[in-house]
Amino acid sequence: MTSATAATPRPMRRARRDWRGWGFVGPFMIVFLAVLVAPVVYAIVLSLFRQQLVGGSGFVGLGNYVQLFQDAKFWESLFRVTLFLVIQVPIMLALSLFVALAVDSARLHGSSFFRIAIFLPYAVPGVVAALIWGFMYGNQFGLSGSINDLVGFELLQPFSSQWVLASIGNIVTWEFMGYNMLIFYAALKVVPTELYEAAELDGAGQFRIISGIKLPALRGSIVIATVFSIIGSFQLFNEPNLLQNLAPNVISSYFTPNMYAYNLSFAGQQFNYSATVAIVMGIITAVIAYIVQLRGSRQEVR
Amino acid sequence: MKITSRRSTLRRVALATATTFALGLSLAACASGGSSSSGSGSADDIEAALEKGGTLTYWSWTPSGEAQVAAFEKAYPNVDVKLVNAGTNTDEYTKLQNAITAGSGAPDVAQVEYYAIPQFALSDSLVDLSSYGFGDLEDQYSGGPWSSVSFDGKIYGLPQDSGPMAMFYNKTVFDQYGIAVPTTYDEYVAAAEKLHTADPSKYITSDTGDPGFATSMIWQAGGKPFTAEGTDVSIDLQDDGSKKWADTWNKLNEGGLLSSTPSWGDEWYKGLGDGSIATLLTGAWMPGVLESSVADASGDWRVAPMPTYDGTPVTAENGGGGQVVLKQSKNQALAAGFLKWLNSDPESIKVFLASGGFPATTADLESPEFLAQTPEYFGGQAINEVLVDASKNVPTGWHYLPYQVYANSIFGDTVGQAYENKGDLNEGLTTWQDQLADYGSQQGFTVK
Repeated sequence: MTSATAATPRPMRRARRDWRGWGFVGPFMIVFLAVLVAPVVYAIVLSLFRQQLVGGSGFVGLGNYVQLFQDAKFWESLFRVTLFLVIQVPIMLALSLFVALAVDSARLHGSSFFRIAIFLPYAVPGVVAALIWGFMYGNQFGLSGSINDLVGFELLQPFSSQWVLASIGNIVTWEFMGYNMLIFYAALKVVPTELYEAAELDGAGQFRIISGIKLPALRGSIVIATVFSIIGSFQLFNEPNLLQNLAPNVISSYFTPNMYAYNLSFAGQQFNYSATVAIVMGIITAVIAYIVQLRGSRQEVR
Repeated sequence: MKITSRRSTLRRVALATATTFALGLSLAACASGGSSSSGSGSADDIEAALEKGGTLTYWSWTPSGEAQVAAFEKAYPNVDVKLVNAGTNTDEYTKLQNAITAGSGAPDVAQVEYYAIPQFALSDSLVDLSSYGFGDLEDQYSGGPWSSVSFDGKIYGLPQDSGPMAMFYNKTVFDQYGIAVPTTYDEYVAAAEKLHTADPSKYITSDTGDPGFATSMIWQAGGKPFTAEGTDVSIDLQDDGSKKWADTWNKLNEGGLLSSTPSWGDEWYKGLGDGSIATLLTGAWMPGVLESSVADASGDWRVAPMPTYDGTPVTAENGGGGQVVLKQSKNQALAAGFLKWLNSDPESIKVFLASGGFPATTADLESPEFLAQTPEYFGGQAINEVLVDASKNVPTGWHYLPYQVYANSIFGDTVGQAYENKGDLNEGLTTWQDQLADYGSQQGFTVK
């Protein structure tokens, strides 16, 4: 009996549930499709065509992708942001971590002041930050010019081809150190105080507490901060694009993949090829960010 | 461009292509560009249209734009002109190109610099104004600007200003180091060495590689690196004129005699003010810039004719532009009427001159009043005599590429490297040429 009564209403309920569910999800799905899926699809379609100044538009299949994989400019720009990623991100995260631990240590007078002060650069718009640093990097009348005058030789050359990537790294570190610090600090704040008390009773020193309690508690946020930073590095655009006016020959039109895509479309009208660059970069970024996230969370489970 | 909030993996992919979305919009109707009717009217149509009135959109970034539109609307009360500042030079061209590609959204009349006119002419987006009797206006303009708006047997616009090149020099610095005003490039290079040796912080000029400057210098040296007939393009950045300029400029570049301060930046203006940049080879529109942006150096600067290679006076155009009528315009006769008034009516040109512009109209170039001006900033020198004289020595037959805007955008990648490494500019020019030829072929041109 029981099985019979249970069996009859089931199909009806399932059909009704489907419609109700869509009613709730529908508005989101419409927005999701319109503003997230459609542009990606459109970009993919674009990348399969080639529009010329003479002769109009034509279907080229994977022609743009073939061209991209043979494009030395694209690989050079990708190599540059990868180098930037490998060097700048660890430095920035290490500094953020150090500051977060210092602010959290309760051994700092006025820690809330430091917290705000270090976070403040993040509140400065990236464009303004790049302009401020651009003035300071100035070799004739800027800060680095004054320092060079002081020491009597060309000590600082932030806009020379050897140093320009480091100069940009410096700006980005300055901008985002506070942001990452806040992520770490938030994670430290949720560590139960009982753990610290227990550690103290066991006679653990500060460094033991850091390595035994704080760092394990931070692992998840470090993964997240790393993923954000990887995406940010691959999308580097504002800083080099603004500094280009000050160092036109050092920062080329294909300095980063994003700059390359931008200049291809807005200076060269190569919208299709630009879409190809954007898609390939999107895939590369997603794959790398996914691998980091996978590795990071696996360690966390262990 | 660091990411500032948490996003799922899928959203990340979408974000990476967000730029593309923006680009995509502009392509929305790519097939329908330049399909509207071509200019077919007469001079009478213009008068009728101006009487009848209507609404026009005008894109411009000239400082005189607003006052000129006001004066026009006063003269023709039935016409309503909407002035839009759609950005300065390349910013505006990008928007204009997008509107043309999209098939709608372009203004009726737009300001376009001479070097960019061929690009818009090529895509068949400009009205040929010959049928409105604009051919009769030719005598009103000096030769250089006119040939920049009228080529391939069509008239694509009317010149507004011109920039015959001259040498602006800091007399105080020249006097201090006992340097005579150079008249040839040999003397110019010698002056550069003398000045820099006497004071290593001072340079004869600043140049970090500017495509507009380089092409004008090649023009002055008699080079004709670009030719374009329809879709046939030829590029030779190693012709006699190009080589002549590059070889001369190499002496300054390889010798470390050029200041590496990028133009138009804060440091550049300071350098012009404190004497560390002693000369400028540039267009006749420069006095206004100096007076407003380098006010401290009032009294220091003078103007002299361009140095030459063999003593024969010769110069080139640098910068300057005019206005064009777009084919998308719904009222082309009215747009042509506005354009004609804007760049040939004495009332309009008076407003333009008052804003510090350098005219392209011969009547104004030769007017005694204009020639007799002796600005305080230039120590009371009658600078317009020098500048107007220069406008008569511009070699004819110069062409820009039909994709000069793109060409200029990759100048830093190519020739700029020769500046950066203090190397041979000829090598940089060759690289530039190769990349331009590649781009041309990709875009469907026949490149020779």
